[in-house]
Amino acid sequence: MLTAFMSYLGSEVSPGVAGNQLWALIYILIIFGGVSVAVIAMNWLERKALAHFQVRLGPMRVGPHGLLQPIADAVKLLIKEDIIPTEADKVVFWIAPVIGLLAAFTVYTVVPFGPSQAVSDMNIGILFMLGVSSLGVLGIVTAGWASNSHYPLIGALRSSAQMVSYEVAMGLAVVSAILMTSMNKDGTGTLSMIEIVRAQQDQHVWFLFKFFPLGLIAFVIFAIAMVAETNRAPFDLPEAESELTAGFHTEYSGLRWSLFMLAEYAAMIAVSSIAVTLWLGGWLRPFPNLLSGTAFDVIFSFFPGLTFLGLAAIAVLGTMRMPKHNYFRIQTLGLGAFAGVLGLIGLLLLVIAIAAPISHNGFLLRAATALNNVYWFVVKIAVFMYLFIWYRATWPRYRFDQLMAVGWKVMLPISLGVLIVTAIVGVIVS
Amino acid sequence: MNDSNPLSPLDLETPDKTYLDSNELIINMGPQHPATHGVLRVILKLDGEKVLGTECVIGYLHRGVEKIAENRTYTMFNPYVDRMDYVAAVSNGLGYCQAVEKLLNVEAPPRANYIRVILTELNRIASHQLWLGTHALDIGAMTPLFYTFRDREEILKIFEKYCGARLTTHAFRIGGCLYETYAGFEKDVKNFLAFFAPKIGEYEELLTTNRIWLERTRNVGVISGPDAIALGVTGPVLRASGVKWDIRKAQPYANYADFNFEIPIGKNGDTYDRYLVRMEEMRQSARIIEQAVNGIPEGPIMAKVPKVIKPAVGEIYHSIEAPKGELGYFIVSDGSTQPYRVRVRPPSFVNLQALDVMVRGMLVADVVAVIGTLDIVLGEVDR
Repeated sequence: MLTAFMSYLGSEVSPGVAGNQLWALIYILIIFGGVSVAVIAMNWLERKALAHFQVRLGPMRVGPHGLLQPIADAVKLLIKEDIIPTEADKVVFWIAPVIGLLAAFTVYTVVPFGPSQAVSDMNIGILFMLGVSSLGVLGIVTAGWASNSHYPLIGALRSSAQMVSYEVAMGLAVVSAILMTSMNKDGTGTLSMIEIVRAQQDQHVWFLFKFFPLGLIAFVIFAIAMVAETNRAPFDLPEAESELTAGFHTEYSGLRWSLFMLAEYAAMIAVSSIAVTLWLGGWLRPFPNLLSGTAFDVIFSFFPGLTFLGLAAIAVLGTMRMPKHNYFRIQTLGLGAFAGVLGLIGLLLLVIAIAAPISHNGFLLRAATALNNVYWFVVKIAVFMYLFIWYRATWPRYRFDQLMAVGWKVMLPISLGVLIVTAIVGVIVS
Repeated sequence: MNDSNPLSPLDLETPDKTYLDSNELIINMGPQHPATHGVLRVILKLDGEKVLGTECVIGYLHRGVEKIAENRTYTMFNPYVDRMDYVAAVSNGLGYCQAVEKLLNVEAPPRANYIRVILTELNRIASHQLWLGTHALDIGAMTPLFYTFRDREEILKIFEKYCGARLTTHAFRIGGCLYETYAGFEKDVKNFLAFFAPKIGEYEELLTTNRIWLERTRNVGVISGPDAIALGVTGPVLRASGVKWDIRKAQPYANYADFNFEIPIGKNGDTYDRYLVRMEEMRQSARIIEQAVNGIPEGPIMAKVPKVIKPAVGEIYHSIEAPKGELGYFIVSDGSTQPYRVRVRPPSFVNLQALDVMVRGMLVADVVAVIGTLDIVLGEVDR
C-alpha cells in the first residue's frame, strides 16, 4: 500500500490514467468533500448575496454574519420527520433523489482541476460529462412521477422537456469548441478534458477568444443552456415556486429534499466546470501570452495567498464592526478566529509560492503549481456561481412555451450556425 | 349549469377519474398556494399546461363584514371597513365615511378633504407598490418585492405618525377627520415625494424593458374594453383596456375636482398595459399629493355631526376610486342608530370575475400572472 502511495508521487498524469487506485480513491474523497463544502458555502453565499441584492441582510443570527446557518439548516433537515406520501410509489420515491445526486457527483470523475489533478482522464471525457450530467433529469422525472401528485408531475414533465431541448444547443456549442481543438499541426482534435485545456495552451488562446466572435457566441450559448440545464432562474420552471408550489420536489421534505438541493448545486458546479474547461482555459492563469515571462509567473503565483489574505481582511473588518456588547462576544471571537484561520491559510500559500522557486525543491515546486492550477480553476467556477445568483436576483421567469421557443428557435439555429462557420473557418485557416 | 363554464361542480365531485386515464387534469390552485394572494382557490381544468377553464372558489376569508354592520352603530362599524381591503384601508374608510355623510347630508370641511386626499393618494401608492412587488414575484422576479416594501415603509411611517396605525388605519371619521395633522406632516409628505420620484424609475429599470418581463406580460390575459365593461371590471384593469373611466374624474368626490391629474389608459388590455397604467398612476398620485400638500388650507377638520348618528329613513349609494377600482357602499337606513343593510361593492370581487375570460386558452404560468395583475385582496373579495 505504501509503495502504491509513494509510486504515484511525482507522477505527471491523473491517478486514473496511472492506474493507481489508492490515489484515485484519495482524489475522489477530496473532491467529494470539496464539492460538499463548496455546496454548503454556496448555500450561505447565495443567501447572503441575494439578500444584499435585495436591500436586506440575509442570515445574521446563527454565527457571525450567519456563517453557521448552512450547518444549522443541515441539522434541521437531518432531524426532520421523513415523510413519504401514502399514495407515492415508495421505491421510486426513495431512489429518485439518489439518482440525481449520483449523476451530479459522478461527473466530477473527469473534471480537470489541473493537468494531473483529476480522478481520471478519459479520451471521451466531455461526452462522459455531458452524458452523465444529463442523467440528472432522470432523478427529477422519477421524483415527479413517484410523488403521484399533480404539481410534481407537471414539474417533472416541464423539466424533461426543458433539459432535452437545451441539451441539443448545449451539445452543438460543445462540438464547436471541440472542433477548435483540432487546429493544431497534425489536425487531431480531442474529447479529453485535460487535452482540451492543453490544446488551448498549445494554441496560445482560450477558446472564448478563438476565431472571435465564434468562440464567444458558442460560449454564450453554452452559458445560457447550462442555466436551463440546472433548472436555475430564469429557467427554473420545474420548481417555479409561484406556479407549481415547489415543482417536482413538492412532496419531498427533510433529508430527501436536501439531497435534491445538494444535487442541484453540485450540478451547477459541474456544468460551470465544463464551461471553464472548454472556453476559459481550465486551470491556465489569465493572459499567459500577453503577460508572459517569469516575473508575471511569480506575480500570478501570489494570487491564491493574496485571495485568502483578502478574505481574512474582510473578516477582520467584520470583526471590528461587530457591536461592542457582551451579547456578541462569542460571535466576535468566532469571526476573529475565522479571520485568523483564513489569514494563516493565506500566509501558508504565500510562503509556498515564495519558497518554491527559491528552493528548487521538486516537491515544493509541484505543490505550488498544483495549488495555482486548482486556484485558477476554482476562481473561474466561482465567477459562474456568482452569475447564477445574479441571474436569480434580476430576472423574471420564462413561461414554458417561451422557454421552448428560445431553445429551439433561437439557440439551436445560432449554435448550428456557429458550428458550421467554425468548421469552415477552421478549414480555411489550416 | 351554464354552458360557458365547463367546470360544473357536479363534474368535480365525480371521483372516478384519475390523471392516469384522462387527458384532462383538474388541479386545485389554492387555497394554500404561494401565488393566490391569500386564500383564493382556483380550480383549473388543464390540457397539459393549457387552461381549459377555471372556477374560483372564494369564501375562505369570509368574516361577514356586511352582516356585522347591521349590529353596529354607524360609528362603530367604521373600523370594520378597514379590514376588507387591508392594503388600502384608508380608501375603504373614505368611501364609508363619505357614504354616511351623504346619508346625513353633511359635508366635510375643506381642510379635512385635503387631509383625506393626501392620505388616500399615499395609500394608493402603497397599494400599487404592494401590487407591483407581489406581481413581479409571481412572475419570478424576486427583487422588486424588496424594493417596493422598502419604499412602502416610508408611507406607513407617515400613517403611523398621523393616526398611530400602519395598516388598518381608521384614519377618518364620519364628518371629517379626528386627528389634526402632526407637526411636520407636510414636510414628511414632501420628503416622501422627493424620495419616491426616483424610486419609480428604479422599479421600471428592473422591469419595463426587461425582455422576459415583456414576453411574460404582453398579450397575456387580454380583455377588451366592452368585455371589461360587461363584466363590471373597474379600476386600472378597465383603464388598461382603453376605457377612460376614473371616478375621481367622472364623479369627483372629496375635492378631487381641484387637482390637475391625468388618467392613464392602455391600448391592448393586456398584463403589460395594466402594469404601465399602474406605474403611471403612482406618478399621478404623487402629482395630486404635491398639489394637495401645497394648497392645504387652515380651518376646522370636523363638520358638525350629531353625537348619535341617526340618519333619516332612506338609502344611499356612494362610490369612490379605490386603488383596485370602484369601491361602492350601498347603505339602507331605517332611521335607527344602526344601518338596516350595508352592501359593499368591492372592486377585487368584481374584477376577479374576469379571471376566467382572461386565462382561458393560456398556460398555467399565465393564471398566476393574471391573478397578480388583477390585484385582488382576498379580504375584500370575501368580506
